[in-house]
Amino acid sequence: MNDTPILRTENLTYIYQKGTSSEVAALQDVSVEIRQGELVGVIGHTGSGKSTLIEHFNALKKGTAGRVLLDGNDIWADKSKIRAVRFRVGVCFQYPEYQLFEETVAKDIAFGPRNMGLPQDEIDRRVKEALTNVGLSEDYAEKSPFDLSGGEKRRVAIAGIMAMEPQVLVLDEPCAGLDPRGRATVLQMIADYRQKTGCTVLLVTHSMEEVAAIADRILVMNQSRVAFFDTVDNVFAHAEELQTMGLDIPQMTQLMLSLREKGYDVPVNLYTVQQVYDTIFARWKGGVHGAQ
Amino acid sequence: MSAFIELKDVSFAYELDETQRVPVLRHFNLSVEKGDFVAVLGHNGCGKSTVAKLCNAIEVPQSGTVLVNGMDTKEEENLLEIRRTVDMVFQNPDNQIVATIVEDDVAFGPENLGVEPQEIRRRVDQALKDVGMYDLRFSEPHKLSGGQKQRVAIAGIIAMQPACIVLDEPTAMLDPRGRKDVMKTVRMLNRDFGITVIYITHYMDEAAEANRVVVMHKGDILLDGTPRDVFQQDDVLKKAGLDVPQATELSLQLRRAGAPLSGKILTIDELSLQLEALLPRSAGRVES
Amino acid sequence: MLSDITIGQYYKAQSVVHRMDARMKLILTVLFIVIIFLCKNFFSLAVMFALTAVSILVSRVPFRMFFKSLKPIIPIILITAVLNIFYIDKGTVLFSWWKITVTTGGLSTAFFMAVRIICLIMVSSLLTYTTVPTLLTDAIERLLSPLKVFHISVHTLAMMMTLALRFIPTLIEEVDRITNAQKARGADFESGKFIDRVKAMVPVLIPLFVSAFRRAYELSFAMTCRCYHGGEGRTRMKQMKLSAVDFVALAIFLVALAGVIVLNYFFTALI
Repeated sequence: MNDTPILRTENLTYIYQKGTSSEVAALQDVSVEIRQGELVGVIGHTGSGKSTLIEHFNALKKGTAGRVLLDGNDIWADKSKIRAVRFRVGVCFQYPEYQLFEETVAKDIAFGPRNMGLPQDEIDRRVKEALTNVGLSEDYAEKSPFDLSGGEKRRVAIAGIMAMEPQVLVLDEPCAGLDPRGRATVLQMIADYRQKTGCTVLLVTHSMEEVAAIADRILVMNQSRVAFFDTVDNVFAHAEELQTMGLDIPQMTQLMLSLREKGYDVPVNLYTVQQVYDTIFARWKGGVHGAQ
Repeated sequence: MSAFIELKDVSFAYELDETQRVPVLRHFNLSVEKGDFVAVLGHNGCGKSTVAKLCNAIEVPQSGTVLVNGMDTKEEENLLEIRRTVDMVFQNPDNQIVATIVEDDVAFGPENLGVEPQEIRRRVDQALKDVGMYDLRFSEPHKLSGGQKQRVAIAGIIAMQPACIVLDEPTAMLDPRGRKDVMKTVRMLNRDFGITVIYITHYMDEAAEANRVVVMHKGDILLDGTPRDVFQQDDVLKKAGLDVPQATELSLQLRRAGAPLSGKILTIDELSLQLEALLPRSAGRVES
Repeated sequence: MLSDITIGQYYKAQSVVHRMDARMKLILTVLFIVIIFLCKNFFSLAVMFALTAVSILVSRVPFRMFFKSLKPIIPIILITAVLNIFYIDKGTVLFSWWKITVTTGGLSTAFFMAVRIICLIMVSSLLTYTTVPTLLTDAIERLLSPLKVFHISVHTLAMMMTLALRFIPTLIEEVDRITNAQKARGADFESGKFIDRVKAMVPVLIPLFVSAFRRAYELSFAMTCRCYHGGEGRTRMKQMKLSAVDFVALAIFLVALAGVIVLNYFFTALI
């Protein structure tokens, strides 16, 4: 059923230290629908509630009000099945390399599948596939995760979540702290994985550029509420509002905004150098021709 | 006049064990003038962090010499003076804060130097004001954001009144807001206090704010010059897997397509100004 | 949960107690512990209870803070009280059933012990609530500095204490983070036999140790960069100076000590 959203929240609210004088709302009345198979970028600055939201998706936190529905079912309906929810919504937290603990890469990736109680041959298959998904050769399987470089550790940790074959893969800042090449590799890897498996992916990030490059839709969180949830183009059309929320809009979008301030009628929902190049080139040629 | 920091024919390798060594730098040369703001750009593993550690004698080269204000880092008796001259800020803001209260942490360096108590008090207050953390001077470090912690770390360095500060990817673990705050503080250190800054990063936009950019690749210097000059070489940078600031990239592409853009464009504002001259005011009006 | 721990927590306020010299506070806390163990009857205990109450009031630290630090100790207090009630067979029998006998002696001892523990906890919390941890470790360092004669590096010990206090909250956060990450991979910390639960901790403990060592390594770099070279030639921003308040407080405690000794002498001992 493609029409039922895979993940849905209904008026989800979460309040820290409820009932005390230091009550802080981390989520207020959040109702979103994540469709089967889409790649959603989740954006917002620190404290906007985006991290709290994803902790609700796999039941690490329980809302003080509202519901989270996975495939139409309330995830808290049966408390004994909470672990099953975590296998279906796989969350990879920030700096996941710090969760590695096994002697070998293969064993570490197998931790999730083993907790699921899968048979050994299935676990082996998944470990192999997860390694391929993150672009690491089979030589890595028997290495110690602690001997790898930072970027490789990151990929092994992500593979550990992929090996659970979740229906929804949530990645919290998977590129944090990596260099440009590392960032590009991880983003490409996520895009490929989604292409190959058709899995629903949520990508939490600070970087608009990252999201613009691979997401179908963007969920913008601001002050514990949903500010926008729309296609990349439509969200970037609100570039000025995004800026007032303290978000870093892509440089190319900034350029378009500044041209618009100067009185040019240009679209502001452009974010790659190529897009802007095309637009400006056309305008410039058009102008040159017009003047001739 | 000799340079403030000089790496002369430096070779350095990390020793994994007795037989295995990983060479990082081979016959490497770099000199930094007093008061300069140098960004060192490159991928992880290109040797840029090693350069940082060589500058204040945390590591000493296996061959070649490193001179800090004329002092050889190999000489044991120079160590304290070198570390008083060149201080460092690291990537992980948590792992460089020593005390349980912000102001006590800022006092840590001057205390080690044996500065008089009243003078420490004065320096600590001033340093916290300089980085905009004075209001939070009684806070516990673990309750601060990453950007705030990093500014506390910088205050701790300012209070030692060094001539040079080396920052090793200080913004890599921060959110955009934290990055901006830290960058602003670093610029101020250089401009207002005349502190020599060596800023190691892999963010192009941060490097663009320096006076000089040194691009490292596989333990060598690939490019060295003003950000304007360096980022013009987009093909060299791309070959090394590095980006150029997008404003520069777009301006280069447009120029290659024949657009009459002048100068070496670095920022969005500069590009926007030039495009104003290039584009007709209203495309609609011209067409009609 | 874990982050509720209040070790070394400082409560900012303007009060006489906050202004007192950390060394004096430390000495008085130790003195208090000694005196309260000298108390033999309710009259002398009352003196110490009054002293605790007055100190708390003067400190301007809200009472709920003390309750917070008392909370984890309540089971211990209750267990001791129950044991005292059942095992002490002295005075009039109030109640007797099967092997259980409750006597007035038992009841009053239980009450006496409970008050004593509560006073102890309150006063030691008062010390941490009103003294910045760095000052506290400084005070320990200065008070113990005579130990240098025995070639014990008091400075190193004090530095280690400061660092421990600094990193406890950071490591607690880390435990939370790693636990969540492993839960997301289906780790089960809540069910199973004791041995299973211990095993379940391995995926948390190993990353925690790895991270703690990495932190220690980076921290040692950072400290070296900030010219740390042990206690030699080190100065302190915060000077310690005894003022009139400190001597007044000392006088009050000494009077309390004298009172306790006198009351012990004049009234019959309970224990």
